[in-house]
Amino acid sequence: MEALIKVKRYNPEESEETYFQDYSINVAEDSTILDSLIKIREEQDGTLSLRCSCRASICGSCSMRVNGSAKLVCKTRVKEISPDGEFITIEPMGNFKVIKDLVTEMDSFWSKMKSVDPYVKTSFEPEAEHIASNESMTHLLGVMNCIMCGACVSECTAMEVDPTFTGPAALAKAYRFVADPRDEEANSRLGKLNENTGVWDCTRCLACVEVCPKDVAPMERIVKMRDLAIEEGYTNTSGYRHTESFNDSIKKHGRLDETRLALESTGLLNISGLIDLAKIGIKSLMRGKLPPILPHRPKDMKKVTSIAERLDNQGKEEE
Amino acid sequence: MKFAFYPGCVARGAAPELYKSTMMVVDKLGIELEEIEKAACTGAGVLQEKNQKLGDVLNVRTLALAEQMGLPIMTICSTCQGVISQANHRVVNDQDYLDEINEELAKEDLHYSGKTEVKHLLWILLEDIGVEPLQKMFNIDLSGFNFAPFYGCYLIRPSDALGMTKNPKRKHSLDIVIESTGAKSTDYEGKTRCCGFPILLINQKNSLKMVAKHTGDAKDNGADAMVTPCPLCHLNLDGYQAKARKQNKRGKADLPILHLPQLIGMAMGLDPKELGVNKHLVSTANFIKSIKSKVA
Repeated sequence: MEALIKVKRYNPEESEETYFQDYSINVAEDSTILDSLIKIREEQDGTLSLRCSCRASICGSCSMRVNGSAKLVCKTRVKEISPDGEFITIEPMGNFKVIKDLVTEMDSFWSKMKSVDPYVKTSFEPEAEHIASNESMTHLLGVMNCIMCGACVSECTAMEVDPTFTGPAALAKAYRFVADPRDEEANSRLGKLNENTGVWDCTRCLACVEVCPKDVAPMERIVKMRDLAIEEGYTNTSGYRHTESFNDSIKKHGRLDETRLALESTGLLNISGLIDLAKIGIKSLMRGKLPPILPHRPKDMKKVTSIAERLDNQGKEEE
Repeated sequence: MKFAFYPGCVARGAAPELYKSTMMVVDKLGIELEEIEKAACTGAGVLQEKNQKLGDVLNVRTLALAEQMGLPIMTICSTCQGVISQANHRVVNDQDYLDEINEELAKEDLHYSGKTEVKHLLWILLEDIGVEPLQKMFNIDLSGFNFAPFYGCYLIRPSDALGMTKNPKRKHSLDIVIESTGAKSTDYEGKTRCCGFPILLINQKNSLKMVAKHTGDAKDNGADAMVTPCPLCHLNLDGYQAKARKQNKRGKADLPILHLPQLIGMAMGLDPKELGVNKHLVSTANFIKSIKSKVA
C-alpha cells in the first residue's frame, strides 16, 4: 500500500523557515504512521528527525500532529487516517518549541509538572508501606494512566494564547495528588491552583479530552478541582462568582439571566470592569439590541426551579 | 420536516437577530418548528461544574419533552447542541443513570426512553435537506466572497457524543455549507479553536487574545466575514473584537461576524437588514453594500 505523507520540516542550522516535504512510501496495510515515518527515514531521507521509543503507546515519545491534531503516531494506523490514500499531514506538536522537524523541546512541559509538586506530601515518614484504599486508587487510576506524551498541551487553546497557563497535563497531575487520600496538602495545593495561571484559566474547550490517547480527561479533573477549591473556601475569584451566578439564575428563572451573570461575574465592586460592560451594553443598545432586563422564562417555570432547588439541596447533603 | 425547537437563552436574549433570521430561513427551507416552551437552559457546562446531575436532569427533561412531542430537536447554538448531546450520550450509554434521572422526571410525569435525536441547524442543512436541494433554494451566487468558518468548541468536541463517527461530514459541516453558497471557505488554524467566551468574565486578557488571533488570522487569510453557528462565539468575536484587536495590535475591528442563518438567508436573497446583519457591533455597512451589489 502506498502512503502519501506531507511532513513539516524545520532545521534551524540551515534556515529559520519551515516548509512541507511530500513523501510517498510503500508500507504494509496495517502499518502505523510511525512505521511509515521510520521507513521514510531509513530508506528515503536520513535527515528526517522524529522522536520515538517503545512503538507500543506506553512511552509517550511520539506525539505529533496528524492532520492538525496531536496523536501518538505509534497508535495511529495509516489506513485509519487515510482510508482512500489521501495525503496525511504530519507536524510537530503545537504549543512547544520545535528543535528540528518533528522533535519538540519538552523543558516547559517538565517544569510545569514540577510546579505542581507531583508527589504525596505527608507530615510524617511512613514506617511501612503507606497504603491507600482500593477505591481511592481505582478513582485515581484514570489520571495515573497519563504517559506524559504532551498531546493535551499541544492542543490546549488556553496555552496557545498564554504559555504561562499551567496547562492540562500538569493540572491533571495536580489532581492526582489533590485527590490522593494520603496527601495532607490538598488545601494549600488548591489555594495555589486557584490563583492566576491555574484551574480557572481553562476554557473548557474539550481539546485535551479529545486528543488524550489514554482517556485521562484533563479538563474534567480541572473542573473538579474548581469545585474542590470552592469547597475549601477559595471563593474570591470571578470564576467562582460566574458559576454561582449561573447556578442561581437557573434556580430562579430556569434560564440564563445574561445581564445579571455579566454583572455578578465581573464583580459589583470592580468599577473598571463594570464600565467596560456598560460600553458594550450602550453599543448594543445603539444597534437596537440588549439582553432583556428580565430573562426569557420557560413555560411552567416553577417545574424547572423546583427540580433545581431539589437537586441543589441533594448535592449539598451529599457533600 | 418538523422539529422540536430549542432556541437557547442567547437567541432569546442578547442575540435576537439570530432568532429572527432563523425563523426567516426555516420558513424558506420548509422546516416546521414547534418550540419546546417548557425547556430550561442547558447549563452550558457551567452549571455542570457545580452539579452534573442537575445539568443532566434538565437536559434529559428537554429530550423527554421532545419525545413527548414525537419530534427530533433542532438547536441553533453550538454550546446548546454540545451540552444536550453530552447529556444524551451519558444516559443512553448508562441505563442505571438514565433510570435514576427518569425517577426525577417522573415527578413531572415525564419519561425519557433514549430515542430523541438532537441536531444543530447546520447538520440539518446537510443531512436532512442536502447540499443540492439547498443550492436550489439559493438565489444569489456568493462566489468571490471568502467566509471564515468558526464552529464553536462544543459542535466539534467531544466527537463521540456528537456522533462524528457515524456522520464524519459533521467535522467539516460549516466549510461545506459555506462552499455550497459559491463562496470560498477561509483556510486558517482557528476555526475549531476556542473563541474565548467562557473565560471572558474570568480572564479577559486571554479571552481577547483569542478573539484577536482568530479574527486577525481569518482576515489575513482573505476573509470578508466570519460565520458561526454559535451565538456565544458571536458575542465575543463581534462584541469584543474592537477592544481585542486594539489591545493585541491586530489592527481595527474590520471582520463582520455573521450567524449561520444570516449567511443562508443572504444566499437565498433575503434582505440583509431584515436578517439583522446590521445589528452587529462590528460595522457591516460595507459588507452589506457588497452583498447588495450581487443582487443588482
